[in-house]
Amino acid sequence: MAGKESQVRIEPFLWTLFSAGGVVAAFLVPVHLFLWGLAFPLGWIQPPAYERIVALVAHPAARVYLFVLCSLPLFHWAHRFRYTLYDGLQIKHLNEVINFCCYGGALLGTALAGYLLWNLP
Amino acid sequence: MAHQVPILRRPVHRGSVGMAETIKLEVARYSPERDAAPRFETFQVPLRKEWVVLDALNYIKDRLDGSLTFRWSCRMGICGSCGMMVNGEPKLTCATFLADYAPAPVRVEPLRYFPIVRDLVIEMTDFLRKLRAMKPWIIRKEEKSLPEGEYLQTPQQLDSYKQYSMCINCMLCYAACPVYGLDPLFSGPAAIALAQRYNLDSRDEGANERFPILSQHEGIWACTFVGECTEVCPKHVDPAGAIQRYKLTAAKEWFKSLLLPWGVR
Repeated sequence: MAGKESQVRIEPFLWTLFSAGGVVAAFLVPVHLFLWGLAFPLGWIQPPAYERIVALVAHPAARVYLFVLCSLPLFHWAHRFRYTLYDGLQIKHLNEVINFCCYGGALLGTALAGYLLWNLP
Repeated sequence: MAHQVPILRRPVHRGSVGMAETIKLEVARYSPERDAAPRFETFQVPLRKEWVVLDALNYIKDRLDGSLTFRWSCRMGICGSCGMMVNGEPKLTCATFLADYAPAPVRVEPLRYFPIVRDLVIEMTDFLRKLRAMKPWIIRKEEKSLPEGEYLQTPQQLDSYKQYSMCINCMLCYAACPVYGLDPLFSGPAAIALAQRYNLDSRDEGANERFPILSQHEGIWACTFVGECTEVCPKHVDPAGAIQRYKLTAAKEWFKSLLLPWGVR
């Protein structure tokens, strides 16, 4: 019972991350995929000069934006993948391992993004 | 030469021209006294353009096997009694036309995930208990006295919950929900949508009373947003939408309780 209560206590928070990550993944990630994955390499749009991108990323607001762009979709993935493993593979009894791997993976990715963005010139 | 003239010939029905005259119905049968597990029985029934699966079941009951047991009442998609699995999908049998399946056989089974009482009749006590737990009625802290008149509502206030009030308790959404199949304790789509129907009603003041039931694990948080409930709903209630909306409400309450631990719910 105590386990279930603590799960309920944290669930709204995890869902908020999932929900916010879903919005980011649905609205912002496709824009970046289109620009950096298709439009720039295929020459549909002239890419900005390297110096301009470096100058842009040097601004703290751009770094916060990139941090959110990297981190929240990872939590979206963690939550969705956790339930995919629970219900899809029906291995809910391994919930502690699953939670550790899913949310741990998202935390690790977030930390890595933070580290890289912090250390950018 | 009389043998060359077909004496008994079923009149070809207008609209059924070009179709096979009959269709096979594979109906799940289960009698708890006789059968260890549900089995299928096949019946040939007339295929008519305007016939729904429920007409075929009534034809079987009237003409072929009077022991076939199923629930039905209104025949017009209002009472919510005749929900069954038709070719593996939850359907109101009064609104599911045989012609849409012809010439392949139609397989009719009781609603999935519910215990079977007999043949196509399911045990619905679990749903009724969960529905009641949601307090699906208008709760007032203080009732207005009669001379004060009725509770008025603007069209906008009506619109905010009207969609959820269209639920007919047919339980198709439960038969469609894989989470309910895996976790029978889950409150389920219709019960939560009906809780929202009252939460969003401007006359209601019972949202705080429903909060503990809705916000527990077996309430909204068990839902993984598969969305099948909304797909199968014959009244376009959108239970999945109702649940996600309440998740946002409950998450806001969670952050509020974190920021204001002394709590003013």
